[in-house]
Amino acid sequence: MNTTIPSIGLGRVLLSVLKREISLGLRQKGEVLTPLVFFMVIASLFPLGVGAESNLLLRMAPGVLWVSALLAAMLSLQRMFATDHADGSLEQMVLSPTPLGLLVLAKALAHFLLSGLPLVLIAPVLGLQFGLDTRSLGILMLSLLLGTPTLSLIGSIGAALTLGVRGAGVLLSLLILPLYIPVLIFGAGAVEADAAGLGIGGHLSLLAALLVLSLFFSPLVTAAALRISLE
Amino acid sequence: MNSNLSLTFSKLGCVKGGRQLFKNVDCVLRSGQWLYVTGANGVGKTSLLRMVCSLAPIESGDILWNDTPIHNQHDTYLQDLCYLGHLNALQESMTVNENLAFTSALGGIAPDTAQTQDVLARFGLRGKSQQLVRHLSQGQKRRVALSRLSLSRARLWVLDEPYVAMDEAGVQMLAELIANHLRSGGLAVVTSHQRVPIGNVPAQLLELLAQ
Repeated sequence: MNTTIPSIGLGRVLLSVLKREISLGLRQKGEVLTPLVFFMVIASLFPLGVGAESNLLLRMAPGVLWVSALLAAMLSLQRMFATDHADGSLEQMVLSPTPLGLLVLAKALAHFLLSGLPLVLIAPVLGLQFGLDTRSLGILMLSLLLGTPTLSLIGSIGAALTLGVRGAGVLLSLLILPLYIPVLIFGAGAVEADAAGLGIGGHLSLLAALLVLSLFFSPLVTAAALRISLE
Repeated sequence: MNSNLSLTFSKLGCVKGGRQLFKNVDCVLRSGQWLYVTGANGVGKTSLLRMVCSLAPIESGDILWNDTPIHNQHDTYLQDLCYLGHLNALQESMTVNENLAFTSALGGIAPDTAQTQDVLARFGLRGKSQQLVRHLSQGQKRRVALSRLSLSRARLWVLDEPYVAMDEAGVQMLAELIANHLRSGGLAVVTSHQRVPIGNVPAQLLELLAQ
């Protein structure tokens, strides 16, 4: 009877991983909303802290918004593999005939859709607080759109490495934040360069290059780290 | 269907935390046979099973599937393997159906709702398919996990303490399920502290002793 069971292609396997992650995320609304609210609160604290001098705020805006987005995206990283590790689903993923790296890629994509994309969408509202003009807001969104998937991908490495470690949250930040620096530099740099009248092509190209690099390498590294964590 | 499958342990050894758990374990298991791994707590039963599943590295010796080392044919081997560990691999906030559909998809099998209903009914979980897993009892969760076996096409079942949390009827049903699997040419590796007969198939006994 077993030979009659129909097989499904790689695409459908990955789609079902994506669907599962997203429906799980939407069921635990706190997980989607916490980073978003965190992002809004952090970005709103700066005008309160440094005063309402509009020139200063305008100059700080890209950096502040990018750093806030970075911290917010990191907030939900720890849970990327933690529940799967605790309930044994991770073992089944490792034992799946589908390459683990691709399953990881689907999970990272889900993480971006649930915690990166909402940040991209809300960023212009926060940018307005700092007095950014429409053009700068557009560039900010574009740089976040190119940058936040990289944050999810690099973050998955840290999430896998700190799996099952006590105090994983702090360790995760220490491991991952230094790796986020290039994304921060080119992301915030794009908005600043445009404000200074320089081209943004270089910055965006480098962001895209970082995305492509992490698309290729981070699933491999994450998969290796997950295998080690299960031994 | 290929019914000439074999699982071979050759001089298998395991070291954990600097302590030799077992060494030089030799064994051949063929289609229709099952291996009953016994031994006191801490002798390395779970470690052995995790090595069979390639979840743990093989320290010394080798494990062969159809006479080829398992690490040389990782992809084909995984298609033939279904592992049930101590953990049930069920997400608490998803329904029974969603969980089973996901594990089927992971195994590369199209989820079939009608078949899933059928299997759940056989496992005494009729009408539970839309329930969230967190609303089930321990024994029911175990039954859901076990129903994965019926939904997979794996030829080698590796079961770590499958009878835990199951009631009398559940234990009998599982034994029957394994017996059917063996009759159709499958293989099974089972650890358990309960000695449950599987149909009328005599077990190959592998007793691990404390070193």
